[in-house]
Amino acid sequence: MESLSNKKKQLEVKPLNFWERAYLPAIAKGLSITMSHFFKKPVTIKYPEEKREFSENFRGMHSLKRDEEGRERCTACGLCALSCPAEAITMQAAERQKGEENLYREEKYAAVYEINMLRCIFCGLCEEACPKEAIYLDGDIVPSDYLRKDFIYGKDKLVEAPLNQ
Amino acid sequence: METIDLLIKIALIVIIFAISLVVAMYSTYAERKIAAFFQDRVGPNRAGPWGILQPLADGGKMFLKEEIIPTNATSFLFIVGPSLAILTACIGSAVIPWGQNLEIGGRVIPLQVTDINVGILYIFGVVSLGVYGIMIGGWASNNKYSLLGAIRAASQNISYEISMGLSIIALLMVTGTLSLGEIAKQQHGFWVDGYFSWNVFKQPLGFLLFIVCAFAETNRSPFDLPECETELVGGYHTEYSSMKLGFYLFAEYINMFISSAVMATLYFGGYNFPFMDMIHSPNLVAILGVVALFAKIFLFIFFFMWVRWTIPRFRYDQLMDLGWKTLIPLAIANIVLTGIVMTIFK
Repeated sequence: MESLSNKKKQLEVKPLNFWERAYLPAIAKGLSITMSHFFKKPVTIKYPEEKREFSENFRGMHSLKRDEEGRERCTACGLCALSCPAEAITMQAAERQKGEENLYREEKYAAVYEINMLRCIFCGLCEEACPKEAIYLDGDIVPSDYLRKDFIYGKDKLVEAPLNQ
Repeated sequence: METIDLLIKIALIVIIFAISLVVAMYSTYAERKIAAFFQDRVGPNRAGPWGILQPLADGGKMFLKEEIIPTNATSFLFIVGPSLAILTACIGSAVIPWGQNLEIGGRVIPLQVTDINVGILYIFGVVSLGVYGIMIGGWASNNKYSLLGAIRAASQNISYEISMGLSIIALLMVTGTLSLGEIAKQQHGFWVDGYFSWNVFKQPLGFLLFIVCAFAETNRSPFDLPECETELVGGYHTEYSSMKLGFYLFAEYINMFISSAVMATLYFGGYNFPFMDMIHSPNLVAILGVVALFAKIFLFIFFFMWVRWTIPRFRYDQLMDLGWKTLIPLAIANIVLTGIVMTIFK
């Protein structure tokens, strides 16, 4: 029957000739190929010392942003936690007290803000959901660790450094 | 024998033993580095500068690992296996001439532990004992994969020993002696009386057969069927752990070193190097000879590794086919050919 695609090729299997059966010419050819690789520059990137350049829309570790006066932008609305498909984000809101206006921009702020980096899939939906431009995945690769509890990142690791420091 | 001679011999034995261990140790590092270079990688580079402390780290790890003897294993033979493997690997170096005689203070110091007149037979004896280590270890493990690996090792070594012996016979017809010291001496210089003095130029086919058999005898790729990971998990050392496994791996590298030394001595002029007659100080010639021999040995070790990272493993039936149907007839043809050439040019 004629094939529909006409891509079928009839292969001809010839018995090996003398030199092919002797293996040696093929081995010599193989050796010359490997030797040509011996002097090539290795493609390895030695990771902790060298780093591959990230693309512009790379999504790494989260950071909680501050505004231009150094106040935390997050208002603990919970939209990021709601949008998170992996349910990696939890938070507890608190009311801003008098005299804390220089610390928090809105009247409500996140007293506890935790992201479980083992659950996070770095999709960036929290970034898109945030109405206050408070969270961005603009950090580095999340480093490895030994214990599960050490992968739950609190505000100490997530909030940006204050401006005046 | 005087006491001082005895002391010199003991010192020589200890030095050779230490050198073969150090070379085997750094062969593991060289293997990983060379493999990396062949594959466009960088290889181990964390332990010390360029990773040169890697063998020490590996050795330390091997010593600290838990010693496991499986419940159903024959525990005595399980320990005998690796011990025998490393023992037979180490004693092969006794008959290899490492250099010409040194002369210090009127005392002649031969750089060969013992120049017995059946040196090659001794090497063959040691090599054929080597398979017992693998055989006993694989059998004592009481594991089907180990046993299959051991059986493969035994049948492979037996098959290739025949063609190895036959390829040597042609060489012996040329040299007329079994003593390795004498064979090395015969290949003096590089160009003597209008022809190359090294045996490889007199026995090219013999050398080819010998090196193929040497690959098979040391269980190196492409003949590494005894430890074929894809089929047999780890082959004969599947059940081994800790330093007992270390001994097996180490024995392989020592074997590679010794067989490189044997090949260099038998075929590549041993400690002889071109233009050695132009240097008039005999001690300097002896020392340069040792350097030349080691350069040849390292080239052979490099070649072993180069082949390992190039060629895929032979299938078991191909291995037997090659051994029995190709190498043995070729070796016999080589003997006949050598005989005919020798009769004509006598």
